Amino acid sequence: MEMNQPIGQTPLDGRPDGLVGRPVDRIDGRLKVTGLAPYAYETQALRNPAYGFIVEARIARGGIRSIDTAAARLAPGVIHVMTHENVPAQGERREQVWPQLQGTEIRFFGQPVAFVVAETFEQARAAAALVAVQYDAQPPKASLKDALGEAYKPKPAQTDPDSQAGDFEGAFGAAPVQLDVTYTTPPQVHAQMEPHATIAAWDGDKVVLQTANQMLNRGQKSLAGLLGLPPENVRLVSRYIGGGFGSKLQVQPEGVLAVLAAKAIGRPVKVAMTRQQEFHCASHRTGTIQRVRLGADRDGRLSALAHESWSDATPGDQFFETSANVTRSLYAAPHRLTRHRIANLNVPVTSAMRAPGEAVGQLAFECAMDELAEQLGIDPIELRVRNEPAEDPEKKVPFTVRQLVPCMREGARLFGWDKRGDAGSRREGRFMLGMGMSAAARLNPLMPSAARVRLGPDGYLTVRMAMTDIGTGTYTILAQIAGEMMGLPVERIRVEIGDTAYPMAAGSGGSFGAGSAGSALYVACDNLRQALLKAGDLRPDDAVFADGAVRAGNRTVTLAELAGRDGMEAAGEIKPGSLKERYSHYSFGAHFAEVAVDADTGEVRLRRMLGVFTGGRILNAKTARSQAIGGMIFGVGAALMEDGVLDPRYGSFVNRDLAEYHVPAHADVPEIEAVFLPERDDKANPLKSKGLGELGICGAGAALANAVYNATCVRVRDYPLTLDKLLPGLEEREGRVQRRS
Amino acid sequence: MAAGAASFGWPGHPSAAPAPDDPAPQMLPLRLTVNGRGHDLRLDSRTTLLDALREHIGLTGTKKGCDHGQCGACTVLVEGRRINSCLTLAAMHEGDAVTTVEGLAKGEALHPIQAAFIAHDGFQCGYCTPGQICSAVGMLAEARAGWPSHVTADIAGTAALSDAEIRERMSGNLCRCSAYPNIVAAIRDAAGSDL
Repeated sequence: MEMNQPIGQTPLDGRPDGLVGRPVDRIDGRLKVTGLAPYAYETQALRNPAYGFIVEARIARGGIRSIDTAAARLAPGVIHVMTHENVPAQGERREQVWPQLQGTEIRFFGQPVAFVVAETFEQARAAAALVAVQYDAQPPKASLKDALGEAYKPKPAQTDPDSQAGDFEGAFGAAPVQLDVTYTTPPQVHAQMEPHATIAAWDGDKVVLQTANQMLNRGQKSLAGLLGLPPENVRLVSRYIGGGFGSKLQVQPEGVLAVLAAKAIGRPVKVAMTRQQEFHCASHRTGTIQRVRLGADRDGRLSALAHESWSDATPGDQFFETSANVTRSLYAAPHRLTRHRIANLNVPVTSAMRAPGEAVGQLAFECAMDELAEQLGIDPIELRVRNEPAEDPEKKVPFTVRQLVPCMREGARLFGWDKRGDAGSRREGRFMLGMGMSAAARLNPLMPSAARVRLGPDGYLTVRMAMTDIGTGTYTILAQIAGEMMGLPVERIRVEIGDTAYPMAAGSGGSFGAGSAGSALYVACDNLRQALLKAGDLRPDDAVFADGAVRAGNRTVTLAELAGRDGMEAAGEIKPGSLKERYSHYSFGAHFAEVAVDADTGEVRLRRMLGVFTGGRILNAKTARSQAIGGMIFGVGAALMEDGVLDPRYGSFVNRDLAEYHVPAHADVPEIEAVFLPERDDKANPLKSKGLGELGICGAGAALANAVYNATCVRVRDYPLTLDKLLPGLEEREGRVQRRS
Repeated sequence: MAAGAASFGWPGHPSAAPAPDDPAPQMLPLRLTVNGRGHDLRLDSRTTLLDALREHIGLTGTKKGCDHGQCGACTVLVEGRRINSCLTLAAMHEGDAVTTVEGLAKGEALHPIQAAFIAHDGFQCGYCTPGQICSAVGMLAEARAGWPSHVTADIAGTAALSDAEIRERMSGNLCRCSAYPNIVAAIRDAAGSDL
């Protein structure tokens, strides 16, 4: 199926008691709570794997003068030490998969310089410390701020780095009310709980990777290209994945190194990155500098808006954080400008992290909107309502469905927004209290996917696709979709995913997973329904698939009977079509946060938070809510604590572990709720659903930052909002208050 | 340039050579009792309890998230008390009763905490989950024994297990999917049942 026209009535419609949407418990839940779900590094039954350990560069820029592996090679248990001097040949970089141990040049701190393979983990780790590398080091470039002069326009990726409409400069200059502010966001790390891990095993010229990867088909293709093999010779298997958030969209260095070493020693090799290596050797989200300019009339109607973003990339790369992309679609204004620039720095590889673009873009833009509302004395929701566009303001096409205003209104009602006072007006003992809100918007793409289903003579349906579940609930929603389409309970659906041996699927990323993979499965099931009706000579008009049987006319036949002794198979696929360009595809929502700021210390504590979202048809009310809440808490981290501190002297992350890079912990997370407004998006996909994996983080941190301003009258434009940044403003304000009294 | 060049490298880089007085690692015979079953092992003396469970006994339910005691994914119960199994050597636990997530269910019947995690969706990717569950079991025993926490107002009294108490006591277990509200709901729910 190609999405060229809106979807009409489907078998999923008009079934209020249907499986889809119900808060079904995760079907992989039992395996996960009993510890029996095997993640990549835990795959058993491989013959005698050896253990690998990565040796990282200790400089960020320069070259390897010499590398002495003698001591490491002689260490107990060591089988092999791989360096640039003996690494097997590799092709060029493919997508974000980089060839490893290429030559002597060092581009970033933590770049792998050697790979030690030994009989045990302890031996490999000890021997890795014996690899003696001499460097010719040069001073690294590690500060984005210092490199702005050499920033350039990157190559267009999925979108053009620049956009404009009308005459921004002229309209901004003429606007009666102007705002010109610059926000900065620090490098952030995915910090998924399962480190990158791979077990690579060769059989002749074919290799299988048990690996932690979100997009298996892409990984297969890129890795095959790198190795000079046809894609069918490379198989990626990821049955269970301990979180990704973008860090596992590509095969990371540990995967490439394991494959090369396993080939060299003729034996499977397993390797996991250490948590410290995750910060340098795996990718992270770049820091950004973002300038937002808003020009409006005194009623808050925007005449001009501009959003410019600078980010950094490792040498040789042009990946850029698309911070301003969402700004192109969010608010009306006749005169507009967005611009992305990058500077190449000696920093570890940057990549997509949960809601690339929107997550940090809305940290800046949604706060700028709050600043404008404050300046005008208009309620922040009202300001947004006044700038609600009739169509996508830059693409000039309608939105599929856009319920931003209902989300804000419903959120205001549920949260008690009317209790929000003027900035700096609410106090409770030593705590200053404040409320803030933000809009949320996230692109809703559809990606090609395929699925195969097989109904066995036992009446069980097997679903196969190279889809992944990174915690999103894919296993469960696929079982629900197939179950409802075929009239089977989830207990009679076997979901087999996470293997490139199965039909190609979108994978998990960019909020496209459920909609894309789920739609392919929907089509496959629809095809199977037709085949079964034909086999049973049943009239399709009034056929109902329910309770393991088909009722048509006055006949009822069980699926097992229709499947016959050999069972029956069907395939299905989904592709984006012309609707992709004819409409603007976004999920929307609104965040509300209440914070307490300690007047003495400047410490910010979140008190409560609410997100109201629209995601088209919700496929599982339980897992959808979990995902939205998880995204919101990711936003809490971005607003209040997450800060990858780059040491400009060495280009290394100072706080490269989970004790020093702070992510939200239990004690940071109070009452948080997420609700969904009813919606169907008939232009998105046949499920009429939208992606939810990233919507929760979009704007979440801005709602907190706006609440902090409402509590304190202090605007911090440098994330995260730690107490050291708030204190000067608090002291100044305290001084002013004292002087006045 | 060589002398100057060195200053761009990271100071404090661990010396390539082991310190002269480091004893050589030894292979130790060891009997570990895990989930009531004895395992006779011969382990490198550097092997952590975590790696012994995962790599030598084949119980991979206990997870390695940071290997430095910072994330809690490796939490197991030793003699009923929760510990980070990455921060302790296997050789220190001869004779101890170790319980891992695989040892909590009674046959087909899940431990109430496990069942509550499913019902309340107290996880997404599932990688921190065994640690959260073992930690919750250990934590509830501590609370029942009257141990106070950082948020306990009266440390001489018996703290009711409020949400704030659960959050504080569970803060050693990170969950990047951020299932925290659901984990708290699951523990609150299960705490009331007969553990």
